[in-house]
Amino acid sequence: MNEMNEVRKPPVATTGIIGWLRLNLFFNWTNSLITLFVIYCLYQFIPWILDWTIFSADFKYNYLGEQITNQEMCSRNLDPENGGACWAVIYVRFYQFIYGFYPKVEVWRVNVAYVMLALALLPLLYAKLPYRKYFLYFTYIFPVIAYFLLNGGLGFTEVSTNKWGGLLVTLVLGCTGIALAFPIGIMLALGRRSKLPVISMMCTLFIEFIRGVPLITLLFFGMVMLPLFLPEGIDMDGLVRVLVAVTLFQSAYMAEVIRGGLQAIPPGQYEAAKSLGMSYWRMNLLIILPQAIRISIPPIVNTSIGLFKDTTLVIIVGILDLLGIGRGTLADTNWLGLSYEIYFFVSLVFFIFTFGMSRYSLYLEKKLKTGINMGAD
Amino acid sequence: MSEESIISLKNVNKWFGDFHVLQDVNLEVKKKERIVVCGPSGSGKSTMIRCINRLEEHQEGSIVVDGIELTGNLKNIDNVRKEVGMVFQQFNLFPHLSVKENITLAPIWVKKMPKAEAEELAMRQLEIVKIPEQANKYPGQLSGGQQQRVAIARSLAMNPNIMLFDEPTSALDPEMIKEVLDVMVDLANGGMTMIVVTHEMGFAKTVADRMVFMDEGKIVEEASPDKFFNNPDSDRTKLFLSQILHQ
Repeated sequence: MNEMNEVRKPPVATTGIIGWLRLNLFFNWTNSLITLFVIYCLYQFIPWILDWTIFSADFKYNYLGEQITNQEMCSRNLDPENGGACWAVIYVRFYQFIYGFYPKVEVWRVNVAYVMLALALLPLLYAKLPYRKYFLYFTYIFPVIAYFLLNGGLGFTEVSTNKWGGLLVTLVLGCTGIALAFPIGIMLALGRRSKLPVISMMCTLFIEFIRGVPLITLLFFGMVMLPLFLPEGIDMDGLVRVLVAVTLFQSAYMAEVIRGGLQAIPPGQYEAAKSLGMSYWRMNLLIILPQAIRISIPPIVNTSIGLFKDTTLVIIVGILDLLGIGRGTLADTNWLGLSYEIYFFVSLVFFIFTFGMSRYSLYLEKKLKTGINMGAD
Repeated sequence: MSEESIISLKNVNKWFGDFHVLQDVNLEVKKKERIVVCGPSGSGKSTMIRCINRLEEHQEGSIVVDGIELTGNLKNIDNVRKEVGMVFQQFNLFPHLSVKENITLAPIWVKKMPKAEAEELAMRQLEIVKIPEQANKYPGQLSGGQQQRVAIARSLAMNPNIMLFDEPTSALDPEMIKEVLDVMVDLANGGMTMIVVTHEMGFAKTVADRMVFMDEGKIVEEASPDKFFNNPDSDRTKLFLSQILHQ
């Protein structure tokens, strides 16, 4: 009878660090063997990669203490036994990687735009931000500000987009593509499910056509064909043409992702909304879409990450994004043979952005899940 | 008689594909009348009440609700839906909104009520269905009986003249049926015009002014509860009652 009052604890061997190790890493002999093998691989790999990227690497000076200005001065080219990565190439070309060929006197404008982008993202990232409402207003007008800031006008000198490059182009394409494709995708998804056959057919046709064509084809189409459809004398900017292609491409994918979410909403939700007297748009905006988008967060972020990486394809039509600048640098005789360093750097930058997006999606999922059990209804 | 009718179905016919779900249905409901509709599954009783707020479209005949005829006219449909509240078997609460938001949503967006007023109204409705303490929870955190009571409160917040109930207790665990029926009895005693599709015969006996029995898309029998349970005309009704009361 006495033990009735005692709080029974779980067996020691299943809790704490020891318990965790036993359950997850050394549960049985195959499990233990795999654990030991992985530890051995990490033991071999981690010191090597740290040595190559940091301890033996050149950043600005080589091991003789000279400032590096071309690949022949890299420690590893002077003495193959001595030296790791030659980051000097990134150091020397850093400006191009971040701004492309943007004129140096005007580059503060790009920096301001970068800072503003961070500010515009802030209210989207943190729901609990104080004065979030005002930050959101800023987010809405940010694209307009960014346009005049980067492109010129309103007293700013014009900087033609063929001078843009590097991270600037990658971010402009990625952000605009994702931001525009989202609302267009929602409209297409609703349109495809519409009861009006004309609308539904047009949306389906659009989605199927764009989805059935590789992005590269669309980019060529934007570059070569789009000007033919425009009236004489109107010259569409090259970057804008690419943006149109990228946005259309992304919208089609986004539409299908959101349609998937819409299909998961039980018909009872529509009926309840209608029986309360809600119109089509109100029902969709207040009841259906909030739930459908919530369900689709993982695939929405998935396609967004996909687009962010696909922007590198613009190199095909002669626009130099981050990867394009990297490849341009490699073609420079001064920096021949430094492909490890350059691709490593470009990958790292892309990874930072895409990993951030992926973390953000997890945060969103967790936040929106609180107290809501979609299955219970 | 018919000039008092708030709902009037005349020769209503409806097909799902080739399946004739409603066959020449005629029904007159007077103001403050409580009608209980019963019948075997597939008999068309849910379809009939879903036609009354146009969740389903009828193909022949006429349906007039509170003087408004239901046609393809979207304006009329919206007006009828504002008059008619509906409670579903599966509750159909909005899972992404709190209980309070579920109730205030339509008053704020459809009736353009100020938010503070709508919240006050929501709390009053939650008092009526006896769960004001659940206002800030989400539907997924409530029991089935509580969810159904929230659904009733949500409909009542639009101040409807007519309430339709489509098997409101069929998805509930037995111990929760009573709490929902109690709310519905209160509502009936308050003078609400109600059409209730249900198999809860105890509820029907205490509340109904008139019983409607449907089978195979037709109204087979219409009678007062007393006559319906003790001395029904049709054999089909007798069979149904013997099966459902299994005594």
